[in-house]
Amino acid sequence: MFKDHANIINAISTAGEISGRKKLQKIVYIAKKLSFPFHEKFQFHFYGPYSEELTLRIEELCEMGYLNEVREKKAGYYQYCYSITDAGQDFLSIQEVEMPALEACLLDMNEQNARFLELVSTVLYFDTLEKAEVTEKIFTLKSKQKYTLEEIDEAYAYIDQLKTKAKPN
Amino acid sequence: MEYSREKLQEEKVFKDPVHRYIHVRDRVIWDLIGTKEFQRLRRIKQLGTTYLTFHGAEHSRLSHSLGVYEIVRRIVDDVFEGRPEWKPEERLLSLCAALLHDLGHGPFSHSFEKVFDLDHEQFTQQIIVGDTEVNKILLKVGRDFPKKVAEVIAKTYKGKLVVSLISSQIDADRMDYLQRDAYFTGVSYGHFDMERLLRVMRPREEHAVIKQSGMHAVEDYIMSRYQMYWQVYFHPVTRSAEVILTKILHRAKHLYEAGYEFAQEPHHFYSLFKGEVTLADYLKMDEAVMLYYFEAWEEENDAILKDLCTRFVNRKLFKYVEFHPSNNQMNRLMELRTLFKKAGIDPDYYLVVDSSSDLPYDFYRPGEEEERLPIHLLKNNGEIRELSRESEIVDAISGKRRTDHKLYYPADLLRDESTKKNIKKQIRELLELAD
Repeated sequence: MFKDHANIINAISTAGEISGRKKLQKIVYIAKKLSFPFHEKFQFHFYGPYSEELTLRIEELCEMGYLNEVREKKAGYYQYCYSITDAGQDFLSIQEVEMPALEACLLDMNEQNARFLELVSTVLYFDTLEKAEVTEKIFTLKSKQKYTLEEIDEAYAYIDQLKTKAKPN
Repeated sequence: MEYSREKLQEEKVFKDPVHRYIHVRDRVIWDLIGTKEFQRLRRIKQLGTTYLTFHGAEHSRLSHSLGVYEIVRRIVDDVFEGRPEWKPEERLLSLCAALLHDLGHGPFSHSFEKVFDLDHEQFTQQIIVGDTEVNKILLKVGRDFPKKVAEVIAKTYKGKLVVSLISSQIDADRMDYLQRDAYFTGVSYGHFDMERLLRVMRPREEHAVIKQSGMHAVEDYIMSRYQMYWQVYFHPVTRSAEVILTKILHRAKHLYEAGYEFAQEPHHFYSLFKGEVTLADYLKMDEAVMLYYFEAWEEENDAILKDLCTRFVNRKLFKYVEFHPSNNQMNRLMELRTLFKKAGIDPDYYLVVDSSSDLPYDFYRPGEEEERLPIHLLKNNGEIRELSRESEIVDAISGKRRTDHKLYYPADLLRDESTKKNIKKQIRELLELAD
């Protein structure tokens, strides 16, 4: 019961704090694509893969008092930061969440900016396509982000790096 | 003549209770309707378990798919045609995507996907690009055509206007299901002036806009949507049936993994249980097949599977109380779980929290993090304004999410005092269940 809730709380607890809804969405999606057991469904939206189910779950967890949401003013817009509460820690302590390899991946992803994670998650979303096709998709669907070929190469390299970290020892 | 331009000698029409007539003139559309993958949608109900609450809600995903096709056909043929922003070469693509957008739905989609960790959208993609009758027809239009149709449905197609016709906050999908579901459930909500909406819709590069004069029709549409979600889609009795259905599937999977010998072997479920479901397996599964197993499993030796199936088939549903997730309530839930175990009622199957949540309308402004495409109004002076900035009614509900949590339990088992009388009494008191 509440296993999916516990997985999300565990991810935020492991990361310490995640700044921005977009970043949180992309981190969970990338973790899911790395085969960590997140079960939220994702669809392609403006910023790449997005899960309405995850948005709902986060809201629910805030309502339950397990997550803390703080609205912060950034340059010209608002951003939401998420961290675990004491009640969330208590809840997590009675749940069985076993994802030892997740920590290294999460900490790494949390150090990246949302724009780069958007690119990484988009590359992963099209992972059945050849790199040339993926590049074309990014240039067409994400033209406003103006990603460069170098950034796309970086995203591929980063995915390889994460896959190594995600492998159980 | 090119297959993509081929017209039927005589127009075919389907009588439809919502749109009066559905008109088919294109050979491609007619051929797609005749495929076995599309016909399978007759055996999947549009509203899943809702028929257990609203007995009329027996309509299928096939009728909804035809309805979405008809709305898109009216938009592109009667409203967009001849306008410079509309590319006529995208007409057939739009019609095919509209017709096929729900092709991958499984039986009782929501529970089915949740338990077996599946995604109907992925199966829609597979049916369109895989070795199927649908794919063969689309390939006759062009080598890349199946891929393009799949991309429109997956929202990854480069032409955003086409995508927005099928998937946005004011799209043909919603326009059909609100009216169709209202008609078949018999509720008085869900009605709005679609003819008016279509007449004032105008194509733009990335999405359709609504002329300012149609603002009140849009307001009506948004309020209809709001009412339908809470009066029909999230009806607590329907959710009770959904909870039981989910638990049946969980139980059957659990029994399979535990090596249980089923009296009625679940042949259709094996690949699902193993997590190795192929497209062919998936297409064989529909609601008629699933209900056959539920009836057969009423005779199983496993008491939980037998009981849950009997409940579903005979509509002996769980009762519910409001549940507000908070520390206190979570502690009460844990206490209830312990008492259920003591009473010999497995809480994993018989004590379930279910949540529903809806955001009737949302918009995003540049720089904000939201992900929904807003509805745009086209003013007389050519200016485009986001809907909630012009409509006070929409502004009042914009961005306001409503969530509802309920705790489901089997009242009949808790009232049965032939065993564990005192513990059951304690449970009833905690649930504030009258004797």
